[in-house]
Amino acid sequence: MNKLIALVFATLSFVASTPVLAASGGDHGLILQSDANVNDRESLQRGAKYFMNYCLSCHSLKYMRYSRMAEDLGLTEEEVMGSLNFTGTKFGETMTVAMQQADGDKWFGKAAPDLSLTARVKHGGPDWIYSYLKSFYLDPSRPLGWNNLVFPGASMPHVLWELQGTQAAVYESHAAHGPEGTPTGTQVFSHFEPVTAGSLSSKEYDQVARDIAAFLEYVGEPAVLQRKSIGWVVLLFLSLFAFVAWLLKTEYWSDVH
Amino acid sequence: MSNALSKIIDGGYAWFNERAPGATAWYNRHVGQYYAPKNFNLWYYFGSLAMVVFANQILTGIWLTMHYKPDALQAFDSVEYIMRDVDWGWLIRYMHSTGASLFFVVVYLHMFRGMMYGSYRKPRELVWVLGCVILLVLMGEAFFGYVLPWGQMSYWGAQVITSLFGAIPFIGEGLLELIRGDYLISDATLNRFFALHVIALPLVLAGLIYLHLMALHEVGSNNPDGIEIKKKKDSNGKPLDGIPFHPYYTVKDLFGTAFFLVIAAFIIFYAPTLGGWFLEHDNFVAADAMVTPDLIKPVWYFTPYYAMLRAIPAMFGSQFPGVAVMGAAVLIFFLLPWLDRSPVRSIRYRSTFAKVMLALFVICFVWLGYCGTRHATPLLTFSAQICTAFYFGFFIFMPWWSRIGATKPEPERVTFDH
Repeated sequence: MNKLIALVFATLSFVASTPVLAASGGDHGLILQSDANVNDRESLQRGAKYFMNYCLSCHSLKYMRYSRMAEDLGLTEEEVMGSLNFTGTKFGETMTVAMQQADGDKWFGKAAPDLSLTARVKHGGPDWIYSYLKSFYLDPSRPLGWNNLVFPGASMPHVLWELQGTQAAVYESHAAHGPEGTPTGTQVFSHFEPVTAGSLSSKEYDQVARDIAAFLEYVGEPAVLQRKSIGWVVLLFLSLFAFVAWLLKTEYWSDVH
Repeated sequence: MSNALSKIIDGGYAWFNERAPGATAWYNRHVGQYYAPKNFNLWYYFGSLAMVVFANQILTGIWLTMHYKPDALQAFDSVEYIMRDVDWGWLIRYMHSTGASLFFVVVYLHMFRGMMYGSYRKPRELVWVLGCVILLVLMGEAFFGYVLPWGQMSYWGAQVITSLFGAIPFIGEGLLELIRGDYLISDATLNRFFALHVIALPLVLAGLIYLHLMALHEVGSNNPDGIEIKKKKDSNGKPLDGIPFHPYYTVKDLFGTAFFLVIAAFIIFYAPTLGGWFLEHDNFVAADAMVTPDLIKPVWYFTPYYAMLRAIPAMFGSQFPGVAVMGAAVLIFFLLPWLDRSPVRSIRYRSTFAKVMLALFVICFVWLGYCGTRHATPLLTFSAQICTAFYFGFFIFMPWWSRIGATKPEPERVTFDH
């Protein structure tokens, strides 16, 4: 029986950790481990603060209510309405933005997408967001002067540049092959080189990216907190129930020979 | 007090029996006096587990229906509404989505059990055939259900699967329009799929499951030894190796269900998307007719058949050969009882050759499933073609290969060592 249990959970963890083919493909090496922790309430609170200050002017979270966020993140209505809600929407409403889609299309080529479910859509979830926020670099060939290694051709400028500073992408020349054996040219990304310093150290900026990633993971599935906090109670109950059922079965079957 | 209570119960029982004298007989025939072989092993849990999952899908489905909006403009939002604003909505939805995948896990294992122990062999052909109809309806049910969240994969998956019917010669075009209710996947399609998913197919499934069980109880259950327990009876006419379904298998299945629920709960609470296998990344993007996803693929339980579809090249400018192969791959299961000519039923006593064939069949099925989740590369397509050929060869040549090799003698009585 122990072997069976071990087998079942080994299979499950194998399946869960086997990545389903990434829709975008090819960027696996660029996705960094974020260590974002959705159970860290202070990290979520900081992430919410950064998001409201830097992101929400363009990116809505149309499925997320201010009131729900307050409840889950341990904030009061006054705190949320006083220092996190800059859009003038009501406490019970969702986090919409004032920017019209048509305007966004005109200004950026494509309106800033809603980010409610980004952590669920992107392979890697919070890791993808963390990496994305760290991978902006100066690229004069782009309309706004910015490009992103994780999401090449992103139309968004690096909004957090004052915190991170600016960086340039350094490429190395050597022969390389793509995933299917096709030559991809000789320019391979090597590393980022800081150009101008930001107001934060690189370690502090990593924490900012980590906080935003954790916050967006929470926004993608607010139930994640409740799910994880009651899950073990359910598992404990069902395990006990299974044990009692096994005892009952053994008792009944003792007269089968 | 207890006297008064038992009087009421006895009275009620007598009252009921007078008016429905067949009820007790029915209970005895199917539960209380249904003699099942005592040597069922692990593989025999999956039938009852399929019933448990079916019940779960019906119950959670009813609650989802209370909040879901079958409307192309509201469907995706209403699912997020269930996940966020409905009390315990996320739990109901995860139970339903995890249940859908686990339904196929237990049904595939249940079928594999039948293949291992020859459960489809005479006189149980009808049980097997009804089971195959259940699989067909279940596939339809799963497909319609997958469209309802109206994400990108819902939309484009529906686009691909419905267009398969358009490949049928002569009637295809009209059939396609009839299924979609429009010239493309649209609000009309969503509405009819919703109707089929929540009413039509569940009703049909419930009826088929009933018939599947009734057909089983007519002939009695097979067992891992593949021998008939009815051949050895005691003086009362009861099979020597049989035990009443209740209480022996009700308590055993109770344990099996509890164990299964531990696994299900682990997924529901700690890995509800199972890394993108049960709930896919792309389906968290709302359906958009203007944006075709990079890779359109069905959920894991359809990928073996999807790989076969892709493995067959278009012929005479028509995709129909691939569609026909995919359909035939499911339908060929119906013929299994008449293809197997082995002198013994159970894998325990069959030849090494037969064991190898079954193992290769499983490997091909799993590999096809893997191919169906990937972009088609020449190598993957070639391997999928080989696996498809073996899949069909396994069935078509079974009348010949099932007689090859030395079988072991079957025992007189079932193997049971407790």
